[in-house]
Amino acid sequence: MDEDAGSMKRVVGCGAGAVVTKSIGLKPRAGYPNPTIVELECGILNAMGLPSPGIKEYGEEINNFKKLKIPLIGSIFGSNSKEFIELGRKMQEYGADALELNMSCPHAKGYGLEIGSDPALVKEITSKVKSSVDLPVFVKLSSNVSDLKDIAKAVEKGGADGIVAINTVKAMKINLELRKPVLANKIGGYSGKAIKPIGVRCVYEIAETVDIPIIGVGGVTTGADALEYIMAGASAVQIGTGIYNRGLDVFEKVCNEIESWMKKHDVKKLSDLVGAAHV
Amino acid sequence: MNGPMVKSIIESKTEAKNIKTILFEHQEKIVPGQFFMIWIPDVDEIPMSVSYIDKKIRGITFRKIGDATDALFELKKGDKIGVRGPYGNGFKIDGKNILFVGGGTGIGMLAPAVEEADNKNISSTVIIGVKNKNELFFENRFRKSGAQVYVSTDDGSRGYKGFASDLAKQILSKNKFSSILTCGPEIMMKKLLAIGKNIQFQASLERYMKCGIGICGQCCIGEGLRVCKDGPIFDGKTLKNAEDFGVYKRDASGRKIKF
Repeated sequence: MDEDAGSMKRVVGCGAGAVVTKSIGLKPRAGYPNPTIVELECGILNAMGLPSPGIKEYGEEINNFKKLKIPLIGSIFGSNSKEFIELGRKMQEYGADALELNMSCPHAKGYGLEIGSDPALVKEITSKVKSSVDLPVFVKLSSNVSDLKDIAKAVEKGGADGIVAINTVKAMKINLELRKPVLANKIGGYSGKAIKPIGVRCVYEIAETVDIPIIGVGGVTTGADALEYIMAGASAVQIGTGIYNRGLDVFEKVCNEIESWMKKHDVKKLSDLVGAAHV
Repeated sequence: MNGPMVKSIIESKTEAKNIKTILFEHQEKIVPGQFFMIWIPDVDEIPMSVSYIDKKIRGITFRKIGDATDALFELKKGDKIGVRGPYGNGFKIDGKNILFVGGGTGIGMLAPAVEEADNKNISSTVIIGVKNKNELFFENRFRKSGAQVYVSTDDGSRGYKGFASDLAKQILSKNKFSSILTCGPEIMMKKLLAIGKNIQFQASLERYMKCGIGICGQCCIGEGLRVCKDGPIFDGKTLKNAEDFGVYKRDASGRKIKF
């Protein structure tokens, strides 16, 4: 979802408190040919390939959505700091309330993870974008790096306002009868329930390393999943694949489940639980 | 679910010029109007509405129109395709008598719906609209289901000369129907929606699809209506409120393209 104003409006109607756009690049990009998705037992594997209508055309969608007065986080992807700056400025101009820098897409050549696994580059892009806009800047990271703590430190040093973790996890599905990978791009990113323990571990490690807020993402399907991320150190969570498991009203369901857990355990403020799992 | 199921083609038969039906074994419950994601290995994966429903056999009917359907067209008995689904909501087939209007390859997916109407003792009138008589298919199949069949061709080479929607207007002025079910070019369906006034209306929409399971948002119309999950069948009230219906679709990048 979130490729157009209509779908963003619908998820808000389903209880989402803020919306992250599809990652938007400078120029129109079709993404990879199909198959771009594989349904698996415990999650979904995708290699969409960063499809986006391009920032100029996307401005119209943002403009249309902004009437709702719901926070809109503009996700952007570029291949260098210059592109990220241009995209960030455009997002600000069109009315985004915050930026999410996609430095973690695991299957797009020259973008995403290829940038996000180099701490020096992560720091450079983050600081240059931060000084070019007047918006909160979040950086979305991948678990597919040798030392996540180094990357998280680079994000903090770059002046980011928060870290989003994690993006999908690099994975593959092979069909036995055809003896070939199902995805047209062969390698994709795994999302959903299967990656939640990986995401929770990453958020926990990041929370031990930096002082900036964390947004947890990866397999959040229930209120309990969200609470797990929060106790690991997240101040908010994102949901994507949960829509597949529980329908578009997964947002409302998760919020209700968090509330009833809090009532049952006599917790007054959700913020009291942030990082509760750290001793 | 563990990825797409690979199926051997049981039969590939020619229906008309550049139009074929492919049959494969598939036992999951399915409703007319639902669709499969058909994977043509090394080429593409595309949504295809079911055009043939038997106990253990399902079929899809398509025209050679691009890389995916060109490749599908060349596949023979025994060749393998990947299948996932069925997906989407399907038609609601009820009432006393239904007017079906199919345009071009949209005719194909109406066939199982007409057959189900027949099973439910609902009387059917079918309008099939094509460019010329060489593109005509399923005419006899509709008659076998007891439907009254009308044909329109753009060039007048068979039946009524003109658009299916114009023929529908004539038929609607003389007969009463409990509902209209349609699949075809969106501009035709939009005209029908206007012509049908307050008659119950269901149309099957086509959009570029990627996931087919309601998460990627590629095929959304109106306020986040996912053609793959909330559709592909939408009722008249919903379509009247969807600003894109009959106006624009989106390409793979999400850019708007006018019809």
